[in-house]
Amino acid sequence: MANVILKDVFKNYGKLEVVHGINLNVAHKEFVVLVGPSGCGKSTALRMIAGLEDITAGTIEIGDRVVNDVAPKDRDAAMVFQNYALYPHMNVYKNMSFGLKLRKMPKDEIEKRVREAADILELEDYLFRKPHELSGGQRQRVAMGRAIVRRPAVYLFDEPLSNLDAKLRTQMRLEIKLLHHNVQNTIIYVTHDQVEAMTLADRIVVMRDGYIEQVGSPIEIFQHPANAFVAGFIGSPPMNLLSAVIINSGDKQKLKLGEHLEIPIPARENTQFTDGQKVIMGLRTEDIHVTIADKQERKGPTCSANGIVKIVEPLGNETNIHMDVDGADLIARADGRHIFTAGEELELTLDLTHLHIFDAESEKSIY
Amino acid sequence: MQGAENLGYNWQWSRVSRCLVARTADGWQFGPLLQGLWLTLEITLLSLCLSMTIGLVSALMRLSASPMARGLALVYLELIRNTPLLIQIFIIYFVFAPILDLGRMSSAILALSLFEGAYASEIIRAGIQAIPVGQWEASASLGLNKAQSYRWIILPQALRQMIPPLTSQGISLVKDSALVSTIAIYDLTMQGQQIIAETFLTFEIWFVVAAIYLLVTMALSILVKYLEHHFSGYTN
Repeated sequence: MANVILKDVFKNYGKLEVVHGINLNVAHKEFVVLVGPSGCGKSTALRMIAGLEDITAGTIEIGDRVVNDVAPKDRDAAMVFQNYALYPHMNVYKNMSFGLKLRKMPKDEIEKRVREAADILELEDYLFRKPHELSGGQRQRVAMGRAIVRRPAVYLFDEPLSNLDAKLRTQMRLEIKLLHHNVQNTIIYVTHDQVEAMTLADRIVVMRDGYIEQVGSPIEIFQHPANAFVAGFIGSPPMNLLSAVIINSGDKQKLKLGEHLEIPIPARENTQFTDGQKVIMGLRTEDIHVTIADKQERKGPTCSANGIVKIVEPLGNETNIHMDVDGADLIARADGRHIFTAGEELELTLDLTHLHIFDAESEKSIY
Repeated sequence: MQGAENLGYNWQWSRVSRCLVARTADGWQFGPLLQGLWLTLEITLLSLCLSMTIGLVSALMRLSASPMARGLALVYLELIRNTPLLIQIFIIYFVFAPILDLGRMSSAILALSLFEGAYASEIIRAGIQAIPVGQWEASASLGLNKAQSYRWIILPQALRQMIPPLTSQGISLVKDSALVSTIAIYDLTMQGQQIIAETFLTFEIWFVVAAIYLLVTMALSILVKYLEHHFSGYTN
């Protein structure tokens, strides 16, 4: 059972505390992605699991064994690095087999493992090339192969795709997903790319400033962000987050944005706001429709607004439109076949089915 | 040449050849200069091996987590690098050799090794530190202990960085070995002095001695070019 448990883990560099008592339970065979902006402590957390960083306080367990004082080589965890860290003086075969050779593993077993890994990663034709003769994607696969042959309890990936170009990154994402399917082991994966996190993870751990902000499945985190930070971080383009004030008029409650725009809050059980309460309204780009480009009938609660186009981002199949709506900056998404120009005034339909409201002070989700 | 003639110097190049090789009743034999060269090469080679060992050990001590090891290495380096080699040869030969019961040859090799080892140490340390920290981490996370990481991963890569400066150090060693003549070791330089004392072929002998040193150091440089080419695959 290769579960990984972090209990109240702290990390200090001198007097500077960079990880503040995080708790995490990674189940056996689970693919968990740690995601967050640069400097949020995700790589430090991973390196503490690997044993490459000492922990200041707390405990780390791998497979029901506390590994705080266990050397990296004895933790039964293999790490794949951002810069590959291949041995430049060894060919691909030696890079992959070297650790096994030092462990006095029989030659035929080494051969079998290397060939299996090479087969999974499509490296058979490159086994006798040196790292400098390989492309970025091939080097990354060798780094993964080197970890696979050890058959560790836990695989640790530290931003393995960040050095690759966009096309290769998409391809490697699929390969990593397939790898998890094939090896059926626990994977803890660090990235700052939320698309990677969404596509790969069984569960996502969103981190900020050394704290865990939310843990959940990709859908859960996308649809029910715990706070404004998570809402703004997950999703591409990010969720529209706008300062608003609650207005209570009779039994109806509204969000007031800017001078004139008022958005009705669809009634929901156990939600009560006070008049004048300062909040942050959240609405994803896919819930803001340009009326002329989208004649679809909407069943859920909606509301209309007018906006002036500021910037147009054509993406081919769709277009992101940055707009000024009564002084507030909004991003709407429209069909890519329509052409929009800066300065143009557009009518928008706001689909309020997935409206989010966060407390302005704590930034916690309250609706 | 003109300057020597102005001094009334009489060039006698024909007499130099027998200082290199001489024909005796037993056939061709090395003359005193080539015998001296052989001893110079012997001293150089032994000193080179010992100085590399000393250099590696002191470099690892300087990179060690132990404050005591780091301190000892630092004292050794500062002491050796800030005093002249000639003085070190004299101290080892006249002070320590009688205590440790060392002969001339051993004293010379020890002095040269300690001196060159200090410089080699810094070259090796710089070579090791030039290896990205990711290589250490990859080794650790893939199951290698520190000694294995050094032996199989770090030093083979560092070697490529170290070869050019270590060669320069090797060339310096060949030239510095001339100083062992001061403790009456019949190396190339000492043999040259001896021949001059007997034959008064001052200019000819010193030119030949210089040419021999030049040939040795150039041969070393060519060897290094080959080694650099051989290790050029050690790039990432």
